[in-house]
Amino acid sequence: MSTALAMQAPPAAPPGPVVRGSGRERVASWPLLDRVGYWLTWVTGVGLCLIALAIVLFMFFKGISFLKLSMFVQSPAPEPIQSKSGGFLDPIVGTLIVGVLGTVIAAPIGVAIACWLSEYRRPSWLARTVESAIEIIAGTPSVVLALFGLLIFSQSFLAFLSQRAADGQVYGRSFFAASAVMAVLALPLIVGSTREALSQLPDRLREASYALGRTRATSIRRILLPAIRPGIATGTVLGLGRIIGDTAIIKILLGVNLLNEGVGHVPLVSTLRGTGATLTTFVFENSPSGEGNAPQKAYAAAFVLMMIVLALNALVTWLSNIGGERRTVSTFASRLLRLGGASWTR
Amino acid sequence: MPPPVRRIAVDRDPTIAPPRTISNGSGPVAAAQSTRSRSSRPPATNVRDRMSIDGVWLAYGENWVVRDVSLKVRQGEVLALIGASGSGKTTLLRSLNRLTEVTDGAARSGEITLDGQDIHELEVNDLRRRVTMVFQQPNPFPMSIFDNVAYALAERPGRGGRRRRRSPEIELAVSDALKRAGLYDEVADDLERPALRLSGGQQQRLCIARALAANPEVLLLDEPCSALDPISTATIEELIVSLRESVAIVIVTHNLQQAFRVADHVAFMHLGELVEYGSSEQVFDRPAMQRTRDYISGAFG
Repeated sequence: MSTALAMQAPPAAPPGPVVRGSGRERVASWPLLDRVGYWLTWVTGVGLCLIALAIVLFMFFKGISFLKLSMFVQSPAPEPIQSKSGGFLDPIVGTLIVGVLGTVIAAPIGVAIACWLSEYRRPSWLARTVESAIEIIAGTPSVVLALFGLLIFSQSFLAFLSQRAADGQVYGRSFFAASAVMAVLALPLIVGSTREALSQLPDRLREASYALGRTRATSIRRILLPAIRPGIATGTVLGLGRIIGDTAIIKILLGVNLLNEGVGHVPLVSTLRGTGATLTTFVFENSPSGEGNAPQKAYAAAFVLMMIVLALNALVTWLSNIGGERRTVSTFASRLLRLGGASWTR
Repeated sequence: MPPPVRRIAVDRDPTIAPPRTISNGSGPVAAAQSTRSRSSRPPATNVRDRMSIDGVWLAYGENWVVRDVSLKVRQGEVLALIGASGSGKTTLLRSLNRLTEVTDGAARSGEITLDGQDIHELEVNDLRRRVTMVFQQPNPFPMSIFDNVAYALAERPGRGGRRRRRSPEIELAVSDALKRAGLYDEVADDLERPALRLSGGQQQRLCIARALAANPEVLLLDEPCSALDPISTATIEELIVSLRESVAIVIVTHNLQQAFRVADHVAFMHLGELVEYGSSEQVFDRPAMQRTRDYISGAFG
């Protein structure tokens, strides 16, 4: 029975008195201890922002004032007069080589370890051991890693990765050696971020794949890894930033010169077997505590280094925001291309 | 044996008044028919046994959640598993394609056969392609509609190159599966659309299409409509009835009216035991067991 009552439309506003919330709590009404805590966190937060801002501004003005475009194309020269000591072409190339090679070594291994740890975990004692090992590596100072790396790469059977001194000793210092140890440095970051991303995926995605008669390996390769591409990218870029910023490994495993010196005659391999410099060691050598003592060069190079790292951080944020459902290779690549295109046209 | 969740009188009529919806007719059947008729459905033809479940016990750890269940799964028919939460229906369903084995500590006893072969002697991924499954929550992969369905197609070994590369036969198989799932007309204009942009009902039909693309002999549905609105539910129920000729279907459902609408045979489970099994008319109209009568009249569940 539908006896529809004719409902009268209510007026636009309630006829009685209206109570409005202020939208925020009144801190003044809190207990004293709460207020102290609140203001302490507030002051700390603002202080941190100020420190970050100070670093950026300081480096920006110091760096800009000493930076010349010619520095990007000139190799460093061992001259006591600063105006003749050249630029930092070799260190920039060195940073690129170590960064790319280290990441290329670390990323596949890191992703594979993460997949094994979160999808297989058999035998479980081994998984727990691997987890502890990764934590130990993550907590090891890079100087210690570098010393260990020097020990490894000085073995005579690894001579083909560096060079032999006149007395037959293996030198153990090369782009290969530095990049390999750098990869160890970046590994925990890549493993951690990949595992995190895998653990966020719902189990129903895995079950859906298993229920279609797909093996774990196929499910990982075709469903899980494509779905966590932003997570992998984030870890990789974080690792890359760590590699680019490290000084100790370069200092110990890449030699102490400012120029990239190849070994042998095979074009690319000779560079990789040889010694060289990166921006971090360049800054160190030119700082007042280094041998060069050319602080202007150090500031300029430090500025460039910081810009690279800030750009990588921005890249991480941007990659993590590739959200939604369409995380395909093509969108990823097109974003990178668009990014590249944008910077080329400028 | 653990104590029952709620003690049920075995020897007297239910004391709790049935819900209003079923009080104004002659039992739940009338209620179901008042919602949507089932009479238009042609009777099942060409029925043959596909799977046989024989004295099956299933456990997680030491907790036996399915006890001594024997059932037949037939092509040309829909088998509905009904029962309260925790009655072991979903576990039984997941054991049919050995998906229970994904869980640690899963144990089983008894025999399940597919076309006369023990499923534990079949290669597990082979089995799961012959007995596919649709889940409670629609779970399309985060890729395009086309890729979702193509993923389920059998691998073609020895061909080299990328399997995702389009070939006319893959495209045909994908559109065929989408047509069988009744989704093709709605998505045909853009198969490259991300599957997650479809509505919930469409996503679930995509999952059914994906499950059908493998060309299975048995299709398992685990409460496929519980996350869907009534209209999507009706579409999927019609789909289930239309599919039963080409594939044996087992559906787990909480919704008794749904069981009545789609099923030819109904198995009522309670606390891991099979209480009653029979044709859906028999179970709903003339249940032999008091516990079944209590359950379908809404006394518990």
